[in-house]
Amino acid sequence: MVSHEDVKYVAKLARLKVGPDELDRFARQLSGILEHIDKISELDLSGVEPTSHVIGLANVFREDEPRPSVEREEALANGPEVERGAFRVPPILEA
Amino acid sequence: MVYEPVIGLEIHVELSTRSKMFCGCQVQFGGEPNVRTCPVCLAHPGALPVMNRQAIRYLTRIALSLDCEISAKSIFHRKNYFYPDLPKGYQISQYDQPYAVEGHVNVGVHGKMHKIGIERVHQEEDTAKNIHAGESGRIAGSLYSLIDFNRSGTPLVEIVTKPEITSPQVARAFLNKLKNTLQYLDVSDCNMEEGSLRCDANISVRRVGETELGVKTELKNMNSFKYIEKGLTQEISRQIDLLESGEKVVQQTVHFDVTSGEISSLRSKEFAHDYRYFPEPDLVPLIVSDEFVEEVRAEMPELPETRALRYMDTLGLPEYDAEVLTASRELADYYEACLEHFKDAKTVSNWVMGELLGYLNATGQELSACKVAPESLAALLTLVTSGKVSANVGKDVFAEMCDTGKSPEEIIDEKGLTQISDESELEALIDTAISGNPSQVEQYRAGKEQVIGFFVGQVMKATQGRANPKLVNELLKKKLTG
Repeated sequence: MVSHEDVKYVAKLARLKVGPDELDRFARQLSGILEHIDKISELDLSGVEPTSHVIGLANVFREDEPRPSVEREEALANGPEVERGAFRVPPILEA
Repeated sequence: MVYEPVIGLEIHVELSTRSKMFCGCQVQFGGEPNVRTCPVCLAHPGALPVMNRQAIRYLTRIALSLDCEISAKSIFHRKNYFYPDLPKGYQISQYDQPYAVEGHVNVGVHGKMHKIGIERVHQEEDTAKNIHAGESGRIAGSLYSLIDFNRSGTPLVEIVTKPEITSPQVARAFLNKLKNTLQYLDVSDCNMEEGSLRCDANISVRRVGETELGVKTELKNMNSFKYIEKGLTQEISRQIDLLESGEKVVQQTVHFDVTSGEISSLRSKEFAHDYRYFPEPDLVPLIVSDEFVEEVRAEMPELPETRALRYMDTLGLPEYDAEVLTASRELADYYEACLEHFKDAKTVSNWVMGELLGYLNATGQELSACKVAPESLAALLTLVTSGKVSANVGKDVFAEMCDTGKSPEEIIDEKGLTQISDESELEALIDTAISGNPSQVEQYRAGKEQVIGFFVGQVMKATQGRANPKLVNELLKKKLTG
């Protein structure tokens, strides 16, 4: 069973705000998902290679040829704060 | 109590491909911020990354040069964390199926060989660049940061050593050798100031004889090998002091202040090392065939050791010369370019090691900034060998060439440095020297033959060193005995 602490920890890693009244519900839902996935362990999977990708493709490359980039104004258009041609963000480390 | 340090290094190398790892934006240093970006490296929803083939070739060269086993199949993972320089919220990297593992590098320090194991070599992408606003320009205490995504998505190779490095000196020697190899491979410009080669060090100490590793700290983002050595030395003594006074080493990231020489701890706002790696669904697996590996092996440039052996075997250079000349690819290339125009291998070696390196060391200049092209040095050597100028004058001409970038002929003409080999002109000077110094003449004639040096000196003085010394000697002997 997923605990309230687990929910808070995962929420923190994902930068999600989870209110105290939501902890029960998410703990229950996350447990349900895990239990469902756990069914796989009922099968005998010795000799089965772990699947990382489901489309049977490998080695899709592009050649090393530069292509035009987007205009800077366009690139910066989504930035809430912009300064001197760059995205402006709050301080990264605590003083 | 006697302690020993255990050091492991993590090196990040930006590849010098033309375009980024997963998109077609150009790879280039500097310039205006945010002019080389696109939906892929800005992490716009729905943008799909596609692997750069050339980057994988470069990665393969690196893996081969470090004697690694290349994995037949490797995959990319998402390394999830939040940081402003990482627009997707994850870095595309490799995790439990890296591209190459189990390599090694042999490093000689003070005549002793150290075999340093390579744990893994993997491909990832570089992050954006942060410019910290505020008085110090450093991350701590900055008011806000500006983000430039030009660097975001540049192909980055991570090389991780095993914790097998036993001193800061060995660490520095390893890094020098690695950098030299990478430059030979032509996969990165390895410019530490511009951040295309970066190094983090993990360091712990333990009592001699202990087999368990002690608690480690991480020294991050050091931008010169000299400071890495100094920082490691400082951190080792800090850890030993802690243990000696009964305290514990705390696992943390530390910063070495180059100016004060002090170690301080860097406290990050969010310090959760839980990256929740999972396979990158946007990139298909990388499956490497033997043919591909052999193809890359065949195109591998000659590495320093092989080149040094060639210098000894086919050019007949002494081991010392061969090692000095191959210590950087740039220098070895310079040497060979010079050799194309002047065939005497040992003479070129003497001038490159003596005059060229001497000048660069004295002025702190980089070879790339040197004003003397290899062809110009060869031209000077031709003039010296032909007797147009003496070797000593040639050295002064070389210094002048370095300072001004002028051709040797120009300098010799301008300063009237042409060697005097005209017998009648020299004879006149010798006659003056002999008639002006009768007591020395007597000494010579009484059998004190070394006095001839005095007369040579007189003639050289009179000609500002331009007299052909061989000819002066011959003429003097004839006149003094005659």
